Amino acid sequence: MKTCLIVDDSRVIRKVSRHMVEAIGLAVEEAANGQEALDACAQAMPDVILLDWNMPVMSGIEFITRLRASPGGEAPKVVFCTTENDAAHIREAVQAGANEYVMKPFDHETLQIKLQLVGAA
Amino acid sequence: MREDFAANLVSGLLEARTGQQLTRDRHWRIETALAGLMREQGIENADQLARRLLQPGQEALAEAVVEALLNNETYFFRDRPLFDQLSQKILPALAARRGDTRRLAIWSAGCSTGQEALSLAMIFAEQRMRWAGWTIEIVATDVSRSAIASARKGAYSQFQVQRGLGVQQMLTCFEEAREGWRVDPALHRAVRFEVHNVLDPAPRPGRFDLVLCRNVLLYFDSTTRGRALDRIGDALADDGFLMLGGGESPAAHSNRFVTCRANTNFFQHAPSRAATAPGKDSIPIRPSLSANSLKSNLSTFR
Repeated sequence: MKTCLIVDDSRVIRKVSRHMVEAIGLAVEEAANGQEALDACAQAMPDVILLDWNMPVMSGIEFITRLRASPGGEAPKVVFCTTENDAAHIREAVQAGANEYVMKPFDHETLQIKLQLVGAA
Repeated sequence: MREDFAANLVSGLLEARTGQQLTRDRHWRIETALAGLMREQGIENADQLARRLLQPGQEALAEAVVEALLNNETYFFRDRPLFDQLSQKILPALAARRGDTRRLAIWSAGCSTGQEALSLAMIFAEQRMRWAGWTIEIVATDVSRSAIASARKGAYSQFQVQRGLGVQQMLTCFEEAREGWRVDPALHRAVRFEVHNVLDPAPRPGRFDLVLCRNVLLYFDSTTRGRALDRIGDALADDGFLMLGGGESPAAHSNRFVTCRANTNFFQHAPSRAATAPGKDSIPIRPSLSANSLKSNLSTFR
């Protein structure tokens, strides 16, 4: 079973996302910020990461920059899930190494298609 | 006046205007679909709505009721595996058959707010080199005036634009604008949007190499599905392709089509097509396919 790391400082968002991702058929781990996510990736690299932008301790953009620079960090597919919904932020995320981008709010179908597009569903 | 009378009146209005049926088991949709309109018009319940509709001079209300009942659910590259087949199998087959004229006419019947037709336009844009020198005419029609008005604007909300599109496609094909995400003008110009009912004679140019009619037939009863399929059959080139929605088949409603291959949603004219008499408003039919050309058509998927 493929694994998904959900990185979001909101417990509610993590819970809702977990529900959707598990329904799609992935096993889920959670992290509340970029640093926790880096630690989790050092333990076991997930297949896909759902990543919020604005988080305490370490932001999503800093996380992905560090992840992509770390050994094996190019492997996970990273899908930003954020309220930063303007083209400039989306371009910045893609340049930093994001594979997909979901603008909040989103529904199950949108997330499922994004996960299919990155080969994780 | 009873509520079921109002429901029958409203569903009858929908059927008279569009051919679409709202069967009794789906009457529950009426209240949900019309809630916003009724609030806007200060109409408190179904009984009041029915009374208003029965008064003279209520054409605008009647049209608004019909518009509100139409289902405009759609998204970009809906059923992506079908679009992959279209891109990898069907379009190359059509390219081989139209190499002499280098012209393709495509009809997206029941296009809603335009995402299906624009997905097609994106495929051609992504294969720009392959289609250089070709004239690709994409006609997209829907019975809903508001859906076509929206499609003509070419602006999509944040929710709409990310449904079905990869981020790179979105950034390439859309630009952020005040009213949402505006589709690239060249892509938008590639599609002609028209208000049209699939039960009426086909839109210009009247003869199409490919027809997409997905998740439309389910709103008709069996007889009406047959009529719609007749219209499409009349407009589809002898060696053209019909693409229906996932799980849809013409089999129970028309004998004019055969599936290209089991478990696909692509169909072609049945070999006995020449024996089918054209309908009153139908476009003249060219001679039927030869056995060889049919074999070649069906081999597309093998």
